[in-house]
Amino acid sequence: MNADQHERLAEQLRDAFEHQQALRIRGGGSKAFCGRAVQGVALDVRGHCGIVEYQPTELVITARAGTPLLDVQAALAEAGQMLPFEPPQFSPDATLGGVIACGLSGPRRPFTGAARDVVLGVGMVNGRGEVLRFGGQVMKNVAGYDISRLMTGAQGTLGLLLDVSLKVLPTPVCERSLRADMDVADAIVAMNRLAGRPLPLSATAFDGEVLWLRLSGAEPAVAEAMEALCGEIFVEVEELTGQQFWRDLRERQHRFFSGDDELWRLSLPAASPALDLPGRTFYDWGGAQRWLKTNAEAGAVHVAINKVGGHATRFTSDGAVAQPLSPALAALHQRLKQAFDPVGILNPGRLYEGL
Amino acid sequence: MTAASPQAALAQRFRAFLPDSSILVTETERRPYECDGLSVYRRLPLLVVLPEDINQVQRVLRICAELAVPVVARGAGTGLSGGALPLTDGVLLSLAKFNRILDIDPLNRTARVQPGVRNLAISEAVAEHGLYYAPDPSSQIACSIGGNVAENAGGVHCLKYGLTVHNIVQLGIVTMDGEQFTVGGTGLDAPGYDLLALMTGSEGLLGVIVEVVVKLLPVPDTAQVLLAAFDDVVPAGDAVGRIIGAGIIPAGLEMMDNPAIRAAEAFAHAGYPEDAAAILLCELDGSRAEVETDVMRVRKLLAQCGAREVRIARDADERALFWKGRKAAFPAMGRISPDYYCMDGTIPRHRLPEVLSGIETLSRDYGLPVANVFHAGDGNLHPLILFDANRPGELQRTEEMGGKILELCVAVGGSITGEHGVGMEKINQMCSQFSAAELTQMHAVKAAFDPAGLLNPGKAVPTLHRCAEFGAMHVHDGQLPFPELERF
Ligand SMILES: Cc1cc2nc3c(=O)[nH]c(=O)nc-3n(C[C@H](O)[C@H](O)[C@H](O)COP(=O)(O)OP(=O)(O)OC[C@H]3O[C@@H](n4cnc5c(N)ncnc54)[C@H](O)[C@@H]3O)c2cc1C
Repeated sequence: MNADQHERLAEQLRDAFEHQQALRIRGGGSKAFCGRAVQGVALDVRGHCGIVEYQPTELVITARAGTPLLDVQAALAEAGQMLPFEPPQFSPDATLGGVIACGLSGPRRPFTGAARDVVLGVGMVNGRGEVLRFGGQVMKNVAGYDISRLMTGAQGTLGLLLDVSLKVLPTPVCERSLRADMDVADAIVAMNRLAGRPLPLSATAFDGEVLWLRLSGAEPAVAEAMEALCGEIFVEVEELTGQQFWRDLRERQHRFFSGDDELWRLSLPAASPALDLPGRTFYDWGGAQRWLKTNAEAGAVHVAINKVGGHATRFTSDGAVAQPLSPALAALHQRLKQAFDPVGILNPGRLYEGL
Repeated sequence: MTAASPQAALAQRFRAFLPDSSILVTETERRPYECDGLSVYRRLPLLVVLPEDINQVQRVLRICAELAVPVVARGAGTGLSGGALPLTDGVLLSLAKFNRILDIDPLNRTARVQPGVRNLAISEAVAEHGLYYAPDPSSQIACSIGGNVAENAGGVHCLKYGLTVHNIVQLGIVTMDGEQFTVGGTGLDAPGYDLLALMTGSEGLLGVIVEVVVKLLPVPDTAQVLLAAFDDVVPAGDAVGRIIGAGIIPAGLEMMDNPAIRAAEAFAHAGYPEDAAAILLCELDGSRAEVETDVMRVRKLLAQCGAREVRIARDADERALFWKGRKAAFPAMGRISPDYYCMDGTIPRHRLPEVLSGIETLSRDYGLPVANVFHAGDGNLHPLILFDANRPGELQRTEEMGGKILELCVAVGGSITGEHGVGMEKINQMCSQFSAAELTQMHAVKAAFDPAGLLNPGKAVPTLHRCAEFGAMHVHDGQLPFPELERF
C-alpha cells in the first residue's frame, strides 16, 4: 500500500482548528493503552501510508506514519537491516507513526538507543493545520530546534506525524543468549558491571530468579564474548528459547505481566538497588526499566521512585498515567503545547490533563 | 543618558552578589570575548560576567530580564558559527568558572559535570574505570561540554557512537526568568516531552545549561585504522557506501580531497600520498577477533572499489599518525592560506559526486580555492574556502560562495549545518531550508521558554523580515513563501 493523503489530513486539522474540534488521532489502535483516554473525533491516519524512500547504504528509511510497522520491518529485513530500538508491536496492526508517537523501545534500548535516538526528521501537521518539516534524511542536522525528536513520545499532542525518517542499522549476523541463576542484588550489580565492559551486549534482564543476557554482533565478537562469559557463571540458552524470551519481554507477554495486581513501569538509574515495595519486579534495560506488579498505593510507589530520582507510569483500566510534573515543568509543557496546538485539538489530555 | 551609564548601572546591580573580579567592565577586559571561533564577526559586549554557581546565574538572568538586557551564554568560545557573538547592548555570560566534575558513577556509567568542563577532561577523569565520553569534536581539548550540548556537537566517531544528544541523559537549565529546571532523567527517559532533545542544539536560545549528566561508554578492546588512496573522488565515495552496505559500521570514516591531503601532509607529516585525489581513513573497533576480520573485509572492499593503495596501521603510533593529519586539517589550512572559512553542510552520501563537482564549479567561478574534509560516514562535508581577508571584497565573496555551497546541500536533500550550528553565520541560509510556517513554529517554541526574546537574540532562527530581505525564498509546495511580506 502506498498512498499520500497529507493534504486530506492537513485539511481535516485546519477544519478542526477553525471549529475547535478535539481530535483523537489513531493508527492501528495497538497502543491506545499507552496514554490517557482521549475524548474527541477519531482521525485515522492509516490511509496515509507507504515507504517513501529507502536506500540501505544511506542507513536511512523514510515512511509515512500510517505504514504498518511490519511492512517497514520487512523492507529492512530484505536488505539485512533493522530498526535499532527494537520497537514493541503489541499487535500486527501497529503503525510506524504510533510507535514513534509513543516513543517505545525494546530490550535493545540501552545499547543501540531509543526511538528518539534514531529519529532524523519528520513531516507533521501542527494544531493550526500547517504542514511542517523538521530535520531531514541526513544523520547530522543542527539547523533549527530539534523538533523531530520533540515529537517522539509526545503522543500526537504537539502535531500529527505525516512521515518519519529513521536511522537504521545492519542486523547483527549472530545473536545468542545466556543465563545465570542469581539473587536480585547480585543481578543488578552484574548487569551494570557487564555493561561497563566492552562486550557486544544487546540486552540484559532479570526476571526475579534468572539473569538473562543477549549478545549480538559479528560472529567472532559474539564467540569471544561467549567464551569469556561461559567461563564465568553463565550458560548458553537454546536459540529459540532465547528469542522467545526477548520477544515476550518486548511485547509484555511474558507470564510476569499476567495476574490481577496493577502494572507499573519504573524508569530509574540502572544500578539503583531493589525498591522497597510489595509485589513482583521484572528488570529490563540493565535495571533502568523495571516492571512492577503490585497492590501498593500510588503514593507509596511515587515516594519510592522519587527517592532514587526516577519516574513511574501506572497502567490503569483508563490508560497509562505518567508521573506528575513539577509545577514549573508543567507550566513549560503547557506553553509548548500552546505553541504547537493553540486551541487544543490534538489528542487533548492524552499525556496529562490539559496537554 | 550617556553610553556608559547602563553599563555602570548593571555592574552595580551585579556587585550585590558577584565579586568585582567576576564582572569585566573595561574594554581591555572585555576584548577577549568579542568573538568566538568565527573571528570574522566581532562585537564588544556591554559587560562580561563570570558567575560560579547556579544561584548567581539565576540572579544575573533575573536582573537582565527585569531591565530587558539581552544575554549571550558562552562556553569556551570555540564555536564556528558566531553563536557566542556578543551584543553591544548585552551581557556576555561566561560559564568558564563552572569547571568542576561533580560526580562520577562508574556502575551507572554516568558523570555529573558543570557546563564549563572541557570535553576531553571528562574522558580523562573516567579513564581509570575503563570508560570514556564518546563524542569527540576535533576541538575537544578546548571546547566545553555546555557548548557541546548547545551545538549538539559531533566528532569523527559519531557514525557509530552518536552525537551529543545520544550521549547525555540529564541537564540542569536556567531560563531567562531565572527559573531552574531539570530536564531528562538519570534513568533512560523522563516523563513528558523530550526537552532534553529540544535543549540539545538550541544554541543558547532557550536556556542556560548549568549542569550536564553525560553517559559513559566502555573503552573498546581494540581499534585499527586503514588508509586508502584513490585516483578519483567518486570511487572513494562509492567505497563508503560499499563498506556500510556490507553491514560494517566503522567507528570513524573520514575522507579528504587532494588539496586537503597536501595541506595536512605539509603540516603534520602523516605520510599521506600527496598525489592521491582522495584518501579514506577507516577506523574499526571492537573485540580483537572482530576487528581482525573486519579489517580484512574492508581492505578487500576498498581494493574492489579501485583504491590504488590500502595501508593498515602497523601499531598504535602509526594509527595516531594517520589521524594526526586529519585532525590537523583545519590548522593546516591556516599555513597555506592567510584565511580559511569552514563550511558545515550535510548531504545524503550518494549525492557526494555531484556536490563535489558543484563546489568545484563555484570555486572556479569565484576564483577561490577549496579543500574538502568529509565526515564521510555520516555525510557531513566541511569545505574549507581559502581566502585573504586583507584583499578588499574577498571576505564578502567567500561568504557568498559559502552560502551557495550550503544552498547546494539543501537542494540535494541535505542541511546547512551538521554540527557547527547556525549561529550568526548561516542565519540567511535558514531561509532556504525552512518555510515561513516552519520558522514561525520555531519562534513559538522560543517564546515558550523566553517570551521577551532576550536569550541570544538574532541567532539561529531568522525573522521572516530578514528572510524577505535576504531574498532566498524557500519554495514550498510550489508556492512562494512569505507572500504576506513586501519584496525588497
Ligand atoms: C579547530 C576546531 C575544530 C572543531 N571541530 C569540531 C568538530 O569536530 N565537531 C563539532 O561539532 N564542532 C567542532 N568545532 C566547533 C566547536 O568546538 C563546537 O561547536 C563546540 O561545541 C563549542 O563549544 P564551546 O564551549 O566553545 O561553545 P561556545 O563557542 O562558547 O558557544 C557555542 C554556542 O553555545 C552556546 N552556549 C555555550 N555554553 C552554553 C551554556 N552553558 N548554556 C547555554 N548555551 C551555551 C553559546 O551561546 C553559543 O551559541 C570545532 C571548532 C574548532 C575551533
